[in-house]
Amino acid sequence: MRRDIFQAIADPTRRAILVLVAVQAMTPNAIAENFDIKRQSISKHLRILSECDLLAQKQEGREIFYELKFDKMKEIDIWLDQFRKIMEERFQTLDELLFTIKNKKK
Amino acid sequence: MNLLFDFTVDKDTSTIYITREFAADIDLVWDAFTKAEMLDQWMGPKPYRVQTKEMDFREGGRWLFAMVSPENVNASGRCSLAEFVKIQPKSSFTTRNSFTDENGNPIDSGFTFSITTYTFKPGDGITTVHIAKKMANLAELEQFTAFGYKEGTAAGMRNLDELLLSLVREIKN
Repeated sequence: MRRDIFQAIADPTRRAILVLVAVQAMTPNAIAENFDIKRQSISKHLRILSECDLLAQKQEGREIFYELKFDKMKEIDIWLDQFRKIMEERFQTLDELLFTIKNKKK
Repeated sequence: MNLLFDFTVDKDTSTIYITREFAADIDLVWDAFTKAEMLDQWMGPKPYRVQTKEMDFREGGRWLFAMVSPENVNASGRCSLAEFVKIQPKSSFTTRNSFTDENGNPIDSGFTFSITTYTFKPGDGITTVHIAKKMANLAELEQFTAFGYKEGTAAGMRNLDELLLSLVREIKN
């Protein structure tokens, strides 16, 4: 199943996890302590975030730490920028249309 | 003339806020946002354009439109539907937006729906339009922005290039 960043941030728990690991790399247990939900469902969220390529795992001794892949997080801002650009262009077209109509009326 | 354009995003509520001034009085600007023959002339993101299939501007009515390429092809085979939830003439209106097939039947697009409210403020030769677009989640912005673009990423990247160029120009000026 193909996953992408947009699925990742669709869920509030996953967004909260991203905020946590943005500060520092954390073990699954340390992450789970911040939530009032089953350890199992935290594991599921971590798996989805990893599949979305937002989290990287690193092994330190016997512990696994999750850390945020910052470059991937920029994607949503790219889409927002793009939407802004589309709206800007639309409005410029409307400016021209309004100008043309006003001139015709004169 | 320098017309205000403001674009902000509240990621917590998945809402996009846009404010734009237009150099025309409210009657004309209202028509530009609510009459099919005018919407078809400016709504498509270039090089695409909007082609209205149905327009019934009244509460409970709907606007069904396709996004067509310069070759007049609706490559995605999908249409956009705006259902008019509330209308206060020459003041504001709210739409519920979704994607449909060519006949306006709901489809599973991976996109639920968004609610958009347009508010119009008259001024001296200037009309200010406030747009609040609430998405089910910001992730859906991808479907929203990508809609209509068959070559999706390629077109997207071109837009992004232009965006970057314009940003560079802004910095230089």
